[in-house]
Amino acid sequence: MPAYLLEAYVVVLGLFLLMIEAFGPQSRKDALRIVAVGGLVFGLILLFFADEPPDPARNAELARFYAADPPARFFKGIAILSTILVLLLAYDYRSVLTRFTDEASSERGTGEYYALPVFACAGMMWMASAADLVLIFVSLELVTVTFYVLVAYMRRNVGSLEAGAKYLILGALSTGFLVYGIAWIFGSAGSTNLAALSAALAPGAPLASNPTPVLFGLALVLLALAFKIGAVPMHFWIPDVYQGAPTPTTAFLSVGSKAAGFIVTWRLLTPFLDAPATRPQAIMIVLTLAGLTILIGNLAAIPQTNFKRLLAYSSIAHAGFVLLPLAAASAGTPHRLSSIAAVGFYLGTYLLMTLGVFFVLAVVRVTCGSEEIAAFNGLARRNPGLAFCTTVLLASLAGLPLTAGFFGKFFAFQLAIEAATTNVALWWGVGLGFVGVAAGFYYYLKVVRAMYWRTPATADPLDLPPLSIYAISSFTALILILGLWPQPLLWMIGA
Amino acid sequence: MLLLLLLIIPIAAAAAVLAGAPARRTATVAAGASLAFGLVLATLWGAGNRDLGSLTIPVLSKPAISLSLGLYDGMSVIMMLLTVIVAFAAVCTGECKDEHARLWYSSTLLLAGGALGAFLSTDLFFFYAFHELALIPTFLMIGLFGRGDRRAIAWKITLYLAFGSIVLLAGLLWLVSASGAASLAFDDLLSRTIPLEAQRGISAFLLAGFGVLVSLFPFHSWAPPAYASAPAPIAMLHAGVLKKFGLYGLLRLMPLVPDGMHSWLEILLLLLLGNIIWMGFVTINQKRLDTLLGSSSVMHMGYIFLAVAALIAAGGASNNPLAKPAAVLLMFGHGISVALLFALADRIERAAGTLELRNLGGLAVTAPSLAFLFGLAAMASIGLPGLANFAGEILVFLAAFNNWNPSRGLDPVQIATICALWGVVISAVYMLRAYRDIFQGETSHATKSAADLGRAQKIPAFVLAAALVVAGLYPNSLLRFFHPSAPPPATTHSSLHTPPPDPSPP
Repeated sequence: MPAYLLEAYVVVLGLFLLMIEAFGPQSRKDALRIVAVGGLVFGLILLFFADEPPDPARNAELARFYAADPPARFFKGIAILSTILVLLLAYDYRSVLTRFTDEASSERGTGEYYALPVFACAGMMWMASAADLVLIFVSLELVTVTFYVLVAYMRRNVGSLEAGAKYLILGALSTGFLVYGIAWIFGSAGSTNLAALSAALAPGAPLASNPTPVLFGLALVLLALAFKIGAVPMHFWIPDVYQGAPTPTTAFLSVGSKAAGFIVTWRLLTPFLDAPATRPQAIMIVLTLAGLTILIGNLAAIPQTNFKRLLAYSSIAHAGFVLLPLAAASAGTPHRLSSIAAVGFYLGTYLLMTLGVFFVLAVVRVTCGSEEIAAFNGLARRNPGLAFCTTVLLASLAGLPLTAGFFGKFFAFQLAIEAATTNVALWWGVGLGFVGVAAGFYYYLKVVRAMYWRTPATADPLDLPPLSIYAISSFTALILILGLWPQPLLWMIGA
Repeated sequence: MLLLLLLIIPIAAAAAVLAGAPARRTATVAAGASLAFGLVLATLWGAGNRDLGSLTIPVLSKPAISLSLGLYDGMSVIMMLLTVIVAFAAVCTGECKDEHARLWYSSTLLLAGGALGAFLSTDLFFFYAFHELALIPTFLMIGLFGRGDRRAIAWKITLYLAFGSIVLLAGLLWLVSASGAASLAFDDLLSRTIPLEAQRGISAFLLAGFGVLVSLFPFHSWAPPAYASAPAPIAMLHAGVLKKFGLYGLLRLMPLVPDGMHSWLEILLLLLLGNIIWMGFVTINQKRLDTLLGSSSVMHMGYIFLAVAALIAAGGASNNPLAKPAAVLLMFGHGISVALLFALADRIERAAGTLELRNLGGLAVTAPSLAFLFGLAAMASIGLPGLANFAGEILVFLAAFNNWNPSRGLDPVQIATICALWGVVISAVYMLRAYRDIFQGETSHATKSAADLGRAQKIPAFVLAAALVVAGLYPNSLLRFFHPSAPPPATTHSSLHTPPPDPSPP
């Protein structure tokens, strides 16, 4: 099946949902959610069959724009899977959603919340396949604009509105950087196509002898992409937007949007890293981003007392760790992963851990009414199973061995250290990584401390809705299994 | 397959306890089963069956990582025996309230399982990973059930060990990258050579990383308060077993970086003397039994590092065949003796209600068995002949002087050994003074109504004491695992050392 039909299917699904929402019964929105999840699960199944790249003989333009290689398929899978899980998360969160959109008793205002993530998913899938700067821009905008609405969705909640306004303004600023950077690259290289850019930077080409204009363009576009992946210096929006937005939106931003941003970053960087004329400068730019992101993300998380805000800073920190293999720029050998495979591995485990912990956060928000770390006090006594699963999820986020999250950091450090033998500057990244991991253990264990050492406000047992029980225990089990046997993830990346 | 079973017993038991099985009974049965199983496996291995129970399950293809379990050489067997013996004693020691029993016993079992996994692994990845299994159970146990300023101490040990582990991980990754090995299995790694330029840096990372885990001076400040504060099973497993992981790793990986390690030899000697002399004087100054035992366990690490230094100075096991068995024997002896000391300190606290040395006294009158066992453990710790620690220590000192040619004068290793001998005197001072303060003299207010060891508490203590006596009177029971007919560890590729010439007869 041609690969590009999958995004078309997802867009049609989204339109179908919007039609049901507009013309269907106004009282029950459950049907929307079930149709959305079902349709996306079918899409995920189709993904296994959608591996035909566009035929250059029959459709030359599309073949230039659209890449259907294994990384693209893996990141499309991440996009679809995170959308499905976010829609499931929205189900347990619906009481909060209804309270802040219309009257608390009616679900009238919440219909679009189940349709919009599908459009964002289509945008992320196009980002995964984009091989041309124009398609990158268009798909990025599709995702970003959809998220403007999703972030500000709880219109009767001031926090949500404020988050939406901040995201809108900073997003528009980053789009400005993006377009300006694309203009510089187009002007210097003569084409927006990344393959043509590769040819323009090849040794001997006129651009290779003076790559400054195209490097300037790269820096501007990287700033815009740094906004998407949440890297320093475009990270300022993350804490406020993550904290104010509805929890399923935050989860979606943290996983789906970030992963899509990373595949685009890799595709954009590949011509620059392959060309000897621009390789050292590109590595230095990415290494600086990675180092600063790890440092600032981890250190800023330490004093946080609000769990959602702590997760926001921790997602900045994780973005820094994911940038480290990109800075190492390793091509992959029969015995070592390539940079994109390491990035994919990290993001795959990141999806599991982050969505798991957001399920926990949503459940605590709904039952205890607060997203502070203090709401976790004494959780071990109120629901030992939940406390155990949360401990495993947090340990995985911190990077404790024998959990899936360790492998991400393992590969990041491995690629960085191997590249450091030829490029000494990478030792800075490794050193900052040490600080980051140690800081991470502190702020993740702060929640474990609250759960086990502190006394709860009330001692009643905490009951979880069944969907959350299944979801959280599945995530925990997967993290423990993948921690001992990570091979399935490698099969999916296709390395 | 058999080794997988040995590893699974404590971990499955921990899972069962967490899920709701009767905590104390499950844990005791599991610990006893693993003790019996471990002894049987060791005997079979010693009888010549080298590939006993080993298995390899590939878990990742790129890079090639497998869950490989195997008794790689004599050192692994002895460490496995140490783990199962101390784990059994740890599970049987210490009391907790019923509502805490699940967390208490599952944490103890997870620590034991992690240590077993680390010593049984023949793949570098799982060797590192299993050791980290102990991190969060320790954090929770010290934070919830420890003595004194337990919250701050729990944070300190967790963050310090996490930082040390990540430095160690960097060293291990550099090691793997520089060796060009396709997989992380020991067999593959140890057959490679590493270029000289990389060896210095790799050795620095390994010494720093393993040094934090083993509380090498100056990375030791986490250890004394942590052992003092921790509940008895955690202190026994940490000080007795988990600390030896770092030394095991150094001894295992040293053949890959002999010249790099040699360039750090003088610094290592200074640091280990810091452990012995500095921490020795710190220990003399302690006024409480728990902090005294905590500092003393840090001090004793210096002797084992001395054996490692002798190995490094000689350039490898082929040039100094005494050093590695010496280190391992002392690791075993120290592990058992410190576990016994912590178990008995816990009993002293329960019996007398205090661990302040000046408030105790005359406990031998009311608790004679406790006095006898503590005396035995104290003598072992000092290094009295007939007990395991002496066998190890004497071999360490002999290893340091191995191949010594008097006409060449004293090497740094030998000078360090002479200074280290003072440590024996220092440990005699604080141990005998502690024994006198606690057990001899007038009974104090606290010890007047102290209860002696009950039958259930005597069993683990006697198991540990028996191990000390057997290994002390008959060291060959352990040293035979180093029998020359066993395949030797990979020969080193040191360019700096040729075996010293035989001293010509006068």
